[in-house]
Amino acid sequence: MALVMNSENERLQHQRRFSGDLIGITAIVAIGAIGYFVFPDNLALLTRMITIALLVLSLDLVTGYCGVATLGHAALFGSGAYAAGILSAHYGINDPLLMMLAGIAAGAIAGLLSGAIILRAHGLPQLVLSIALIHLFHEFANKASSWTGGSDGLSGIAPDPIFGLFEFDLYGQTAFFFGMTLLLVVFVLLRFLVRSPFGMLCRGIRQDPLRIRAMGGSPMAALIRMYVISGAVAGVGGALNAISTQVVGLDSLSFTQSAEALVMLVLGGTGSLFGALSGTVIFMLFEDYVSAANPFHWLTMVGALLIAVVLFAPKGLFGTAAAFVRRRKEARA
Amino acid sequence: MNPVFEVSNLRKAFGGLAVTNDVSLAMAPGDRVALIGPNGAGKTTFVNLVTGNLSPDSGEVRLGGEAVTKIDAVGRVKRGLVRSFQVTRLFQDMTPAEHVGLAVLQRDGKAKRAFGNFLAMSDVMTEVDELLGKLGLASLMHRRVSEIAYGQQRLLEIAVALALKPKVLLLDEPAAGVPQSDTGRIEQALADLPGDLAVLMIEHDMDLVFRFAKRVIVLAAGAIIFDGLPADVTRDARVREAYLGSYANASHIA
Ligand SMILES: Nc1ncnc2c1ncn2[C@@H]1O[C@H](COP(=O)(O)OP(=O)(O)OP(=O)(O)O)[C@@H](O)[C@H]1O
Ligand SMILES: [Mg+2]
Repeated sequence: MALVMNSENERLQHQRRFSGDLIGITAIVAIGAIGYFVFPDNLALLTRMITIALLVLSLDLVTGYCGVATLGHAALFGSGAYAAGILSAHYGINDPLLMMLAGIAAGAIAGLLSGAIILRAHGLPQLVLSIALIHLFHEFANKASSWTGGSDGLSGIAPDPIFGLFEFDLYGQTAFFFGMTLLLVVFVLLRFLVRSPFGMLCRGIRQDPLRIRAMGGSPMAALIRMYVISGAVAGVGGALNAISTQVVGLDSLSFTQSAEALVMLVLGGTGSLFGALSGTVIFMLFEDYVSAANPFHWLTMVGALLIAVVLFAPKGLFGTAAAFVRRRKEARA
Repeated sequence: MNPVFEVSNLRKAFGGLAVTNDVSLAMAPGDRVALIGPNGAGKTTFVNLVTGNLSPDSGEVRLGGEAVTKIDAVGRVKRGLVRSFQVTRLFQDMTPAEHVGLAVLQRDGKAKRAFGNFLAMSDVMTEVDELLGKLGLASLMHRRVSEIAYGQQRLLEIAVALALKPKVLLLDEPAAGVPQSDTGRIEQALADLPGDLAVLMIEHDMDLVFRFAKRVIVLAAGAIIFDGLPADVTRDARVREAYLGSYANASHIA
């Protein structure tokens, strides 16, 4: 009897998770479609949103799922952007898929490097290390100006058409669809990742690394691995940024970009892929509207919004909404 | 029988205070040992030292004949030395199935898999079902730990330890904090532990100790003052004195 109940339970859980995937994909496509029809003249904004969403998803992997405190995550994103850009601008390799691969590899390497340094400390010292790291990356990119263009930015990036068919047009159509495709692929892969044994291990490490050690697991090895994966994801975002805007600036490798990504993640809710995505969309829409309506006070507004979320919805906007829905469901059941 | 677990001349001092003072003991497969002693005697510290969570000032720990003193905590778990915690350390937002599943995956070196869900891995789930069923947690296996009673959490601690298939199991007060009415289930779980497993249990509840242990070790101020049969422990003058020194009366042990 008990066994029957369990497999029944198990099946239900599977169904729920599977439908979670479908809902997620549908939601991303629907929001993308709405964006496409509402901002037909501003596809660049939507593509920028996708690139930042990839950065925030990447940050969620280490901060939300593993509990690593970092204000230097743009190091991974910027490395991806510069690698893709340098490949095109300096080596004339303009295949967007190869540029993407370079971005992924550079992001992963930057992830390995950042992880190896940041994970040596915990808590506040960890945060300080991450800040030091992003400044080092930034300064390095600034000084290596023959490669990166320094503070003028890296230009001369000219991606070929994708598969030789889809040219990157002035309206940003191709870049937008390219970005949507990448985001969907990354989202599905990350859904697998966070529910896998490895994802479960990382959730355990976030809560109690000592307990994981008592189970024979090595937190350090797992966290480094997650940092590399996170770097690859940020690298996708960075490379997409280089390909779609055809320039790479020092701001992609900045403390400000890192901090903004963290703000978006907290806004949406840490430890959930939907939280990362919704935080990015809400923050960037808010930024777009408010900065146009009131260019002098938009940062004040962002600050006020963030304080309101942290005080009244500490799980983030998505996290709080999800908890509310769950409670409603349980109350009815 | 050859000892599976051997500790010799273990010492540890915290700022001049000797918390583990020349402790030696050996256990063979199937042993049922209770480690008792007044609060602050150094019982938990002893467990921390032998598992590698703390490093001793001197002394040696051997597992199955191999010296493991220089091997870290993770390596010792992999060699079959598993512990539980005095205060449960569980992941609040995870389910019992996830806890035991993670332990099984970890033991089999599969916890690094980045694809697939363990709920769909039949070899893992067979073990999860069986272990949780045996401990009476089957009906709760998909609840979050934060939603289940403390007594059941204590059973889950034991389940996680067993899922690692230990050769030596160190249980730090497995019934601590559980209401008297619920200790029966825990005692049953202790009675059902695999016969060839060497078990060392720290416990304050003397009834539990007497029903469980074939051998009792008494620790006081970091040193072993008694190591022998349960029947003899209450008559031992030094043991009585140690408990008198720390409690108003010796009712705990008498
Ligand atoms: N990390 C530490 N630093 C300093 N002193 C410590 C440390 N850990 C334990 N102690 C001290 O060592 C002594 C033994 O503590 P321990 O926790 O091992 O006792 P115990 O026998 O498990 O007690 P209880 O029955 O209360 O669990 C206590 O005096 C404690 O304060
Ligand atoms: Mg103790």
